[in-house]
Amino acid sequence: MTEHLPALQTALPLLAAPVCVLLRRAALVRVFAVLVTWSCLAIALSLLQEVLGHGEISYALGGWVAPLGIEYRVDILNAYVLVLVATIASVVIAFPLAGRELRIPKERFFLFYALFLLCLAGLLGITITGDLFNIFVFLEISSLSAYALIGLGRDRRALTAGFSYLVMGTIGGTFILIGIGLVYQMTGTLNIVDLSQRLPPVLGTRTVWMAFAFLVVGTSIKLAAFPLHQWLPNAYTYGPSVVASFLSATATKVAYYVLVRLLFTVFGFAFVFERVQLSALLLPLSLIAMVVGSLAAIYQTNIKRLLAYSSIAQIGYMTLGLSLANLDGLTGGLVHLFNHGLIKGGLFLVVACALSRVESPRIESLRGLGKRMPWTMAAFVVGGLGLIGIPGTVGFVSKWYLVLGALDQGLYFVAFMVLASSLLAVVYVWRVIEVMYFSDEERAPERDDAPLSMLLPTWVLIGATIYFGLDTELTAGVAEQAAAYLLGGAS
Amino acid sequence: MNILGLWNYWIVIALMMIGLYILIARENLVKKVMGLNIFQVSVIMFWVSIAKVRGGTAPIVPEGGGDVIYSNPLPHVLMLTAIVVGVATTGLGLALIVRIHEAYGSIEEDQVREMDRAEE
Repeated sequence: MTEHLPALQTALPLLAAPVCVLLRRAALVRVFAVLVTWSCLAIALSLLQEVLGHGEISYALGGWVAPLGIEYRVDILNAYVLVLVATIASVVIAFPLAGRELRIPKERFFLFYALFLLCLAGLLGITITGDLFNIFVFLEISSLSAYALIGLGRDRRALTAGFSYLVMGTIGGTFILIGIGLVYQMTGTLNIVDLSQRLPPVLGTRTVWMAFAFLVVGTSIKLAAFPLHQWLPNAYTYGPSVVASFLSATATKVAYYVLVRLLFTVFGFAFVFERVQLSALLLPLSLIAMVVGSLAAIYQTNIKRLLAYSSIAQIGYMTLGLSLANLDGLTGGLVHLFNHGLIKGGLFLVVACALSRVESPRIESLRGLGKRMPWTMAAFVVGGLGLIGIPGTVGFVSKWYLVLGALDQGLYFVAFMVLASSLLAVVYVWRVIEVMYFSDEERAPERDDAPLSMLLPTWVLIGATIYFGLDTELTAGVAEQAAAYLLGGAS
Repeated sequence: MNILGLWNYWIVIALMMIGLYILIARENLVKKVMGLNIFQVSVIMFWVSIAKVRGGTAPIVPEGGGDVIYSNPLPHVLMLTAIVVGVATTGLGLALIVRIHEAYGSIEEDQVREMDRAEE
């Protein structure tokens, strides 16, 4: 049984999705979907444990051995990402769906759960597979369900946001397909490990350079790296908050994982950072993303859009870690992948809680909510502190490593920018807190907090941002091992 | 290098540019979906054409072996998956357009954008 865990990791949610449609009854489907997702988390955790204890797992799908067959390969890097995706999914799926945020009536909620599980299967599949074409297929499974999930938002602008996400996402996916085609043309293989051995002799050819360009741009679109982020703000603003929570914490993170895998495992450190000198492009773009994303967040009047722009800035931190290409920098990027997933997932759940009591996601309408919904808003404050990077929260851990990485390279300006953009985060987080707590309303509103069924998942994620801020062994420890493993061939 | 001999790539590039141009230049959402389709088809043609071996036939080896030259079947099979992905994308895109038409009464992107702006 245990040797089939890698296959079950994706097969379980994939098969469960149509079952949701057959079950139909909202309450029943919800229990079923929660159980399936929690089983996925259990599988992901046991895979991580297995990898930490006994090293890489290679699983030949259907008994066809790699490189001919499709291989599922779990190493420390993707076991770590699998745990993140499964954790966020487990929390978000337990969050009760609010009818006022969705355009479907309650009796069709089963469709939401089916889409959610499909998206989860896709994301887990991208992460676990060791085959390049398989990555494309799972990427499209997760993206197609993500477009539909965004389109479920009640606001009619959710539809146009979903459509432009579809157009951008498909361009990104197709670019990746072109890249895979060019790589296949040069090497005749699609297996990632096999590729890493067969690519070096042909790395100088123009075909491989083109493949590299298409793959990097394609994944950057899915990652919403600046300046390819245009689809993201509308999608997160008008899509349901629960969906925004799930996607912001997983979809972009998995795309980041794909980018890391391509750069370090497939193309290799020497080619990417010494011949192509990707850092010369990626580093300035990351810095711009950090500043422009944060500045844009400051000027938003809609809290979901504020969080979306903040996501773009945070993705900038992650790509910054990547472009530093040293142990501390890459550790910072990888640990921020986990940490930002927790923070942003938690913050969007806070918004979902708030929207169960107030009509609109405009920051104005949050006035006085600090007294009315103390637990919800306290969660926002803690999550916001994480975004800023106050010591004791996870945000601090990531920024610590990023600053170390920058100083290690002698890039004092970059280290300064990391700190400066944290100050911008103070501004946009404070704007919301000010409205919530320090509004000059005379009469104290009655206490009317979100129900416990909403507060509990929110606080699980928000609490985790504190827990992993203090106990960094699991996150930073594993991230550092993964970074060392990726850089292993280089230094 | 024989530039004309690589005509399959020229077709691919031309189709790809046509598709992208339609995506960028047209406001009508259905036309955008068409552009997306053409764009995807160009990549499918790219994959199919790189697998073709000159003088090669279908990859069926006769009984008892024998040296048959055959085209590489793998990319062809992979493209079946890519076609399915393309169909799913088109279906979802058109479904969203139907909803957009219900909500806005228009499928012209500039008009839809105008209505959103008026609302704010």
